[in-house]
Amino acid sequence: MKALFTLAVRSAWNRRFALALVVASIALSTLLLVGIERIRQDVRENFSQAVSGTDLVVGARTGPVQLLLYAVFRIGNATNTMRWTSAQALAQHRAVAWMVPIALGDSHRGFAVMGTSPDYFAHFRHGQREPLRLAQGRAFEGLYEAVIGSQVAQRLGYRTGQRIVLSHGDGAFAANDHADKPFTIVGVLSPTGTPVDRTLHIDLRSLQAIHLDWVAGAPLPGQSLTADEAAQRDLTPRTLTAVLLGLKNRAAVFSVQREVANFRDEPLLAILPGVALDELWDVVALGERGLLAMSALVAVVSLAGLVAVIVAGLNERRRELAILRAVGAGPRQVLALLALEGGMVTLLGVLLGLAIGALALAMLGGWAQARYGIAFGLGPPSAAEWQWLGAVLGGGWMASLLPGWRAYRLSLADGLSPRI
Amino acid sequence: MTATAAAPEVDSAGEPGTAALQVEDLRFRWPGASTDILDVPELHVACGETLFVRGPSGCGKSTLLSLLAGVLVAGQGRVAALGQSWSAQSSARRDRFRADHLGYIFQQFNLLPYLSVLDNVRLPCRFSARRAARAGAGSAESLLARAGLPEPLWRRAAGELSIGQQQRVAAARALIGGPEVVIADEPTSALDEDLREAFMDLLLGECAQTGSALVFVSHDARLAARFARQVDLPAINRARA
Repeated sequence: MKALFTLAVRSAWNRRFALALVVASIALSTLLLVGIERIRQDVRENFSQAVSGTDLVVGARTGPVQLLLYAVFRIGNATNTMRWTSAQALAQHRAVAWMVPIALGDSHRGFAVMGTSPDYFAHFRHGQREPLRLAQGRAFEGLYEAVIGSQVAQRLGYRTGQRIVLSHGDGAFAANDHADKPFTIVGVLSPTGTPVDRTLHIDLRSLQAIHLDWVAGAPLPGQSLTADEAAQRDLTPRTLTAVLLGLKNRAAVFSVQREVANFRDEPLLAILPGVALDELWDVVALGERGLLAMSALVAVVSLAGLVAVIVAGLNERRRELAILRAVGAGPRQVLALLALEGGMVTLLGVLLGLAIGALALAMLGGWAQARYGIAFGLGPPSAAEWQWLGAVLGGGWMASLLPGWRAYRLSLADGLSPRI
Repeated sequence: MTATAAAPEVDSAGEPGTAALQVEDLRFRWPGASTDILDVPELHVACGETLFVRGPSGCGKSTLLSLLAGVLVAGQGRVAALGQSWSAQSSARRDRFRADHLGYIFQQFNLLPYLSVLDNVRLPCRFSARRAARAGAGSAESLLARAGLPEPLWRRAAGELSIGQQQRVAAARALIGGPEVVIADEPTSALDEDLREAFMDLLLGECAQTGSALVFVSHDARLAARFARQVDLPAINRARA
């Protein structure tokens, strides 16, 4: 067996160029399969870390997944707002322990600005029910104060004490800048690995103040107020994007959900974050399965390439097989030689794919975290990834039995005189 | 119950008196062919004997050699090496027997191009512990030295050698570990006259030294005189008579 192994290695090395291409294509399909599996798992992991300890998310009536996406993940925009009075009514509900208001819509250099109340820092939980922690400074107290997420601070190089200007909407128009009412950064949050890292938090009253002299998304001409003048006005917010509710007793969650659905003053929707997340996965799973199917196809194609390269080379190797037969190798050893070669090529491809994957994670992990807020783990392959690896290895080895079988037949038919 | 004689042990082969190769009533036809290519009533090669088999191309020489080497198995008749019938052995056993007791030289392209010259010579020792043990350390080197290959070539890839050098390496490979039978299939056809004489000197000299029987097939009648016995294949093959 050892004799065969060294022969297989030397023989394969002799044809290294063609085989290297096969190794590369197997590496690529391994990278795809394991990469997509890893991304799938880590995205789910990250998403499910984003909110915990919140029993209900309430917003204007829309789809549950949509409400979850814009209220929790800052993906997409709310189509409708809910009234401040409705939020207050909910806060007064006998089963509700706490209520955190959320008002979105403005931005700062691509990061979402969220109006909320100081309760946010007291009640919001992420991951394993972890509270928000301040890396620097303090929570906002007064007007025109902002607490920024860790990614905002890191990407834009902000520290406490700096003054920043918010943009109306997504900041597409520079003219829309709320330049007349600059904010001061009073706190920087510790990293959470959730959308919080990419958010600037301000008080709802500040949000109201910068929009006092605006109507329908544009500043009223000739009516502009200075920051100090605005501070003198009534800054009670009028509308919100959503509210997060914590209940005194989780058992009441469904009855509260029903009551919200039947809310008299305006149409509202209450969702359980976990349930909405599951619905989201149901939608996403379709795409995921499509991606996995594509990568599986790529794997099949690259294994077909393996077979093609080895089979195509067989005719030139009939002389080699005859020599081996003459010195005492049996047809079964010839088959073993080919199977060994296929196994080695597949194994090399899989290992190379894993190495490239690890390298890519190490190099691009920080970028993905900053850009998309998704933290990728560098750890050992998960059970599902092992399954894919095993499938590629097993498939490659099985595929190499095909040329092996042909070589077996050839060496039986040729004997010592290959008819080339 | 009749006590059937157990097949003799492989290593008892080669005792004085047994034939190196023996063919009796051999008939062979390729699958799908309508006529026999070989019909040889009798062919006998004694241990240590050198036999020249003359025959034009296409008369079944290569088929006969494959049958003698136990790579092909006769449909009818008996082909035995060292007293052991090939057809009585399992295919795995035939392969091992061939590795242990036979050396084979092809017409050309004898060497694995990706192995060094030395590794090519030692190739039979990878498949046969018996050959490896009989060869011992240093025998590949001394064979190559006697074959006239300068030492700097030994570690080169076999593919870099000239045809004449390659055939001498092939002879060294067939002879390593002193197999009882050496079979050569037109090994000089690609060599010019000087190289041919040098090759024949090497092959016959080494076979004489180790006591190996040599079956040498060629259409070149000029070489026949150097052998103890000559056979004309068309004369002993009744298939096309």
